[in-house]
Order: sequence, then structure tokens, then C-alpha cells
Amino acid sequence: MERCKGMRDLLPQDMEKFRRLEGVFRDVCRRWGYGEVRTPVLEYLHLFTTAGTLTPGMLSRVYSFLDWDGWSGERVVLRPDGTIPTARLFLSEVGKDPARLFYVENVFSFEETGREARERWQCGVEFIGGPSPQAEGELVSLALEVLVRLGFSATVKLTHQGFLKALLGEVGEDLFPRLLEGEGLSTLQPSRPEMERAMPLLFGTKGTGPGYLKNLKALLLPSFPSLRESLEDFSRVAQLLSGAGIAYEIDMGNGKGFEYYTGVVFQFYIGGERVGGGGRYNNLLPLLGRKDIPAAGLALYLEPLLARMEVSLPRPSVLVVRSPTPRGQGRAFALARELRASGYRVEMECSASPPHFLIEVGNGFTVAGPSGEVVRLPSLKRLLAFLEEMGAVKAGPA
Amino acid sequence: MPLKLALPKGRLQPLLSSWLGGWGLEGYEATSRSYRPSSRLHPQLQLKVFQERDIPIQVAVGNYDLGICGRDWVEELLVRYPQSPLVRVREVGSGGGGLYLASSIFSPLSSASEMAGHPGPLRLVSEYPNLAEAVALRLRLRRFQVFPLWGAAEVYPPETADLVVMASASEDDLRDRGLCPLLPLLPASTCLIAYRPSWEGKDLGEVLAGFPPALQEGALKSGGASTAAGAAFPPGLAVLALPDGHQQPPTLELLRRAGLPADSYSQGERRFLWEGVAVKVLRPQDMPIQVANGNLDLAITGQDWLRDHLCRFPGSPVKEYLALGFGQVKVVAVVGPQTEASSPEELRGAFPVLRVASEYVNLADRYATDKHLGPYRIIPTWGASEAFLPEDADLLIENTQTGRTLARHGLKIIDTLLESSACLIGPRELPPKKRVRVEALVEAFRRGAGG
Repeated sequence: MERCKGMRDLLPQDMEKFRRLEGVFRDVCRRWGYGEVRTPVLEYLHLFTTAGTLTPGMLSRVYSFLDWDGWSGERVVLRPDGTIPTARLFLSEVGKDPARLFYVENVFSFEETGREARERWQCGVEFIGGPSPQAEGELVSLALEVLVRLGFSATVKLTHQGFLKALLGEVGEDLFPRLLEGEGLSTLQPSRPEMERAMPLLFGTKGTGPGYLKNLKALLLPSFPSLRESLEDFSRVAQLLSGAGIAYEIDMGNGKGFEYYTGVVFQFYIGGERVGGGGRYNNLLPLLGRKDIPAAGLALYLEPLLARMEVSLPRPSVLVVRSPTPRGQGRAFALARELRASGYRVEMECSASPPHFLIEVGNGFTVAGPSGEVVRLPSLKRLLAFLEEMGAVKAGPA
Repeated sequence: MPLKLALPKGRLQPLLSSWLGGWGLEGYEATSRSYRPSSRLHPQLQLKVFQERDIPIQVAVGNYDLGICGRDWVEELLVRYPQSPLVRVREVGSGGGGLYLASSIFSPLSSASEMAGHPGPLRLVSEYPNLAEAVALRLRLRRFQVFPLWGAAEVYPPETADLVVMASASEDDLRDRGLCPLLPLLPASTCLIAYRPSWEGKDLGEVLAGFPPALQEGALKSGGASTAAGAAFPPGLAVLALPDGHQQPPTLELLRRAGLPADSYSQGERRFLWEGVAVKVLRPQDMPIQVANGNLDLAITGQDWLRDHLCRFPGSPVKEYLALGFGQVKVVAVVGPQTEASSPEELRGAFPVLRVASEYVNLADRYATDKHLGPYRIIPTWGASEAFLPEDADLLIENTQTGRTLARHGLKIIDTLLESSACLIGPRELPPKKRVRVEALVEAFRRGAGG
């Protein structure tokens, strides 16, 4: 039996890692004061087309279809993004800012060859009403805390979408949509010589602190005052992150992403692979109908993180309970219930796993242990003591 | 392995049959009813005739090495499925006009910037729904609805659509139809296309070299009567849709019996007024969804198309008001002569994946599910469905009046899904202001139908 192209099954070992990742993420988010939400898998298409929240290239890859009410011509989509539905949820259900929201959700995007994933999971955080640079600092810190608790060492790359927009305005070409679709900036051919001189410095060098941005300001602002606002915003965020002891790299050439970003965009890398990203999107809520609510958010991508995770939790012992006679099966079920209440993983006789302890219910209990020894125990109390003595590992919390 | 070429039925058939005159074609004359012409020059070439719209799909799935069709249908496929293994080999001819985005001359929408700023929803109708959606996304329309059509797109604006994507011989031709051209999308041309693996791995040279240099193609046939232009209907009228095509003569007869005016309809007009009633002449396939979304108050269509619509949208607010009795057809399940099955049950497991071709996509889908036909794939077709059996489909869900056409092609009916005739449909609940007028119309039709 084939599974649907571009989709993935998660096996028990995958789910164990998934739940661990999700658990760490949820724990960190709650400690930072965020509340969990979940949005529907289906949303109206117009939520994503409204006022250009996603690029036409991204919109051409959404799974959209007419549902049973589709005689109205209104299409629904499998959500292609987590932020826009959360902004919708905020506007329709929460309304009061600031709001700190988080979610663990899947998003869908059609990938033409079917060789790559069309369903992706993400751990997302949205800080709606969060002022700059506090929100950016908070989000980057939170994401790094999650990654550190999972045992990863990530690097942070920063760029500024507002700066890139303003810069392309100065260059005089309507390149921004192409930039969002992933086209490099090497094709830029500025008409003014000052800009031509600045290009190699902008896209051929990388910064590691606020000093870099100061240098850019000194170089660019005398000729291009329109870049002031975005560079100063970028500097404030960089200053805060440096003050918090967070290392980062400023890479101005990395503009691919969502159209709704307006300010600092941050991306997290492990071993050269992007494992998360986010940024400031001050225009999104106004585009959806509420003025003047700034916001920022980020998402960690589960697939690359799961691929790198190794779960080293002690594996619980497998206890298999059986009865030699049909009449004793009720007692076997009752014993299994008692053992589970004591924290053990217990399977009934028909079991797929080779048992560490095989417990037969009869007159008392006969236990075959992991080294082949067989003991007879008269009571549940003695059985529990024996299991503890033999080092049986409990299942632990879900 | 034989080479396979898909040729179009319809508007290009006379042109192509004369263009390929040197091939010694038999069975591809304009009047031919054969789906399997042959060529004396290329006896090894297997030829098959399809509706033009089906050709890019048949080539893209690898059923045919080569195909000839309008570029509009190639782009309609590729805009949705850009990775399709299709190669545009060459243009064989180019006509005037092309594909346009247009609004009504009465519409305030007259430029791309007005459309982008419009809060919507903007209703787009088109026989090219994929291209229409791509244009809407490219223009950054904030909220839009796309209604796929079987035809007669020009009749929808301004009351029942804001924008149309349609083929036209020229911008002037669009204006003659009461439309304002907003954006040219594609120039009209006819293409030779190839299945990519065939192009890359098979020797097609002899056949390719055998194509004459260029097709002397005239201006694109604009289709339909050019009488759509006219003032927008006043608001508040009851809106009635009458069918074009085969259903037109019996409907005309019904109008006469019902004492309703028949002149404009008999003269081929597509939009006209009766007293208190706005009348549009549409394809019957498109009517149920237009009734459902409130664009039409009454329509004469087939029960088969109503049932197909309800299979897709079970909660749709459309109902049958009156069975009219004419245009009787059966919708049947059909297999090819080599298929041994004599019932749908016997089809289970007979094919690894059962290929079901049909114009009734939703009826066919429901049927295959209800009959537990196992893994199946629906192949939408736009007519000439008999041609699909047995090479390109295993089962056909098709309508038939007498069964003679199916028998002539050696096909075998194994089940009847439904018996259908023309019917009058409308919404479950009528707007109060139109109720009296619509009920009077229903009563007139009832009299005309002899009920």
C-alpha cells in the first residue's frame, strides 16, 4: 500500500522524539508566558490572498479545493502557513493585545516532484502587540532556549526585510517579489554610483554585531536617507541581542521568505541547515483589518530537528502478563491494571514485544526474569518488590 | 513500438484534415464519426481523435507520444501542473486573437489596479479555471471566486460574474459581446506537443518530418452568437436560464406550449428580456452551481447534471421543481469489448487501478466508491468519451439515448446509473420579492409540459 506522495508516516520511535521536542517547546513557551492555541487545518483561501500576505509563487502551491459548500465558489485551503491563521484567530477570538500565543501545527505546501515533504510540522510562537526590539529579543532567546534544551548548538542569522525593501526602492527596480521567491541579489544593477560602490559591502560581507550596522549607516545614510528608519530599527534589535549575550551573523543577502515580514528577520541554523526562522510582521494585522498592531513571530521546523535528535531516555521494561487457563484471564487483566497503576508498561499475553518479565497468574505469580530465572511470588506486594529489586524500568509520564 | 498521435475533434478538424492532406488520412474528415483515423503515408502511426481539451492531458499522462491542440489548453494544464512531462515541440499555426481577461462594459473594473484594490469577492468565470486562478493570484486579487464553465462565458457578466477569462478572435470581438478587454493572456495558436520521455527516447523523426510547414489558420472562431452585448439587466428581475445545444429545440417547443415568448431564443440570442424576467442561454452543465449561488432563479437543465452537482455538493440549495420529460437519456457504465465483466461487481480486482473516464466526474466518483470498485482513477473528459475505451480508460460513465452509438463502437453497457430527462430547477428558497414572478413562470412551464 502506498502512502500519498510527499506525505510522511511517523513511527513509534519518531513519535517519541516528536513528543519530546514538542514537550520541551511547550514547556519553554509556558515559562515565557505564552498560551497554546490550535487553528483549523482548513481555512478560506481568501485569508491568504487578502492584501498579498503570501507571494503568488507560494499561493500557487497551496492545496486548495471546493468543500461541500463550494457552490459559492469560495475555496478552502489546507493551511500553508501557521502565522496567518493565528493572526486570524487573534482578530476573531482574542482581540486584546499584547497576546503571546504558541502552537504545534502542520502546514501544507505542494511540492511538484513529490520527493520532498508536502506536509511539514512546525512549533510556532507569535507575540502580537509585542514592541520592537523587546519582541525580537524575546523570540530569539526563547527559540535558542528550546534548541539548547534539546541539546543543539544553533547559529542565528539576521537580515531586515524593511531595509531590503527600502534598498530595492533606491535601486529603482521592482525586484522585491523576485527576491521573496528566492532570487539572488547579484542581478541588481543600481543606477547611482554610490549604490554601486556599496553593493559589494552590503552583500559581500557579513556582520557580527551592532558595529557593522553603524558602519553601514555611516556609509549609506548621507546618500540614502530613506534607509535610516530600517537601519536604526535593525541596530536596536542587534544591540539588545548583543547585550543579552546572543551571538549572530548579519547577512543582508538572505531575503527569501514571506511577504508579510516588515522588519528584522531571524533564521536559525544547525550545521548549515535551516531549522527555524521568523521575524517582525507589522503589516499583517492591519492587512487583515486591524490597524496599528505590531507583531513578530517565529517557527522551529520539526523535520530537520527530529532528524538530528537522539532520544536517550531509559526504555521502559516490557512486562507481559498471561494466564494458563481461560478462567484466569480476568485475574490477569486485574494484575495488569495494578502494575500499570504502579507505573509499569504492561502488555497482555498476545504481545509483539519480547518481554523482560513474563508473569503468569495462577496460585500467586510465576515470574520469568530477563536472565532466564524463574521465581514464584505469593502476593502483589512481593511481585512489586521483586520487580524493583531486578531494576525493572517504569514507563514514566507520557 | 507504434507511435501514437492524438488529433483534435471540433474547430481544428477541417483545417488539420486539409493540412495533413499528404498523409492520406482516412476517417478524419470533418464529417467523420470515427475516433481512429488512419494514414496511408504513416501506416505505423496510431491516430486517435479527442476533444481538444483532453489532448494535453492524454499526452501528459503518456498515453500518446504526440498531440495537436490549441496552446490555450496546453497552458491551462501547465499553469496548474508545471512539472507535467509535456514538450511544446512547435507551433503549427497561429490565428488572430487569443485568450483575454475581460469585464463587462458596464463594470467599474477597467484596469488591473482597480481589480487589485477591490475588496471582493470578485467572481471569475471561465472554461480555463486554472488560468483564471493564476491570473487572479498574479493580479493579487484580495478575494475571488472561480467558477469553471463548460462554455458561454460571455453571457455571465455583469450580473453573474465580474470577470471572464475567454478566447476571442479580437478585442473588438469582445467589445461586440459587451465585454471590456482588460488583459491579453495568450495569443491564439495551435501546437504540436510531445510526451517528454517519448521526445527524449523514441525516434519520432519520420513523423515529425512529415508535418507540413505551417497551418493556414484563420482567425480564432469566437464561438456562440455575438448577440450577448446589451444593457445590464435591471435589478430585481427573475433570472431564467435556458439551455443551448441539443436541448434547445425541445425547449423552444416547450416555450411555445407554455405561451412564453420564443423569438429571441429561436434566433440564437443569449441574453434577452421578457416582461419581468431576464433570460440567459447557458450550457446546461453550468446551471446547477449558478442556481446554488443565487445567480439564477430558474433554469432548464438535465437531471443528470443536477445529480452530478448534488454528488459534489450534497448540501447544495438546488432542487428540481418540475420534470419536463424531454431530452431523455440514460447514464450508463460502459466497458470495452475485451473486458469480460458484465456487471460492476465483476470489475473489482480486474485492473490494478481502474481508469474511469467521464464527463460526469462527480457521478463517476460516487459510483466507483459506492460499488467498491477498488483502487480507481477518474479521468475527466469533455466529450467524445467513447474514444477512451479501451486504450485510455477501462470504464466509461456516459449518457446514451438509444445505446446505438455505444454499440457501433463495440462498447458494452454493464449498468445503468440513472435515467434522466430535462427538468426545471431552482433554489430551495426563493427571494420573497421574486416569489410571485417565479411561481408564475413555474406554472407556465407546468402547463407547457402538460402537467
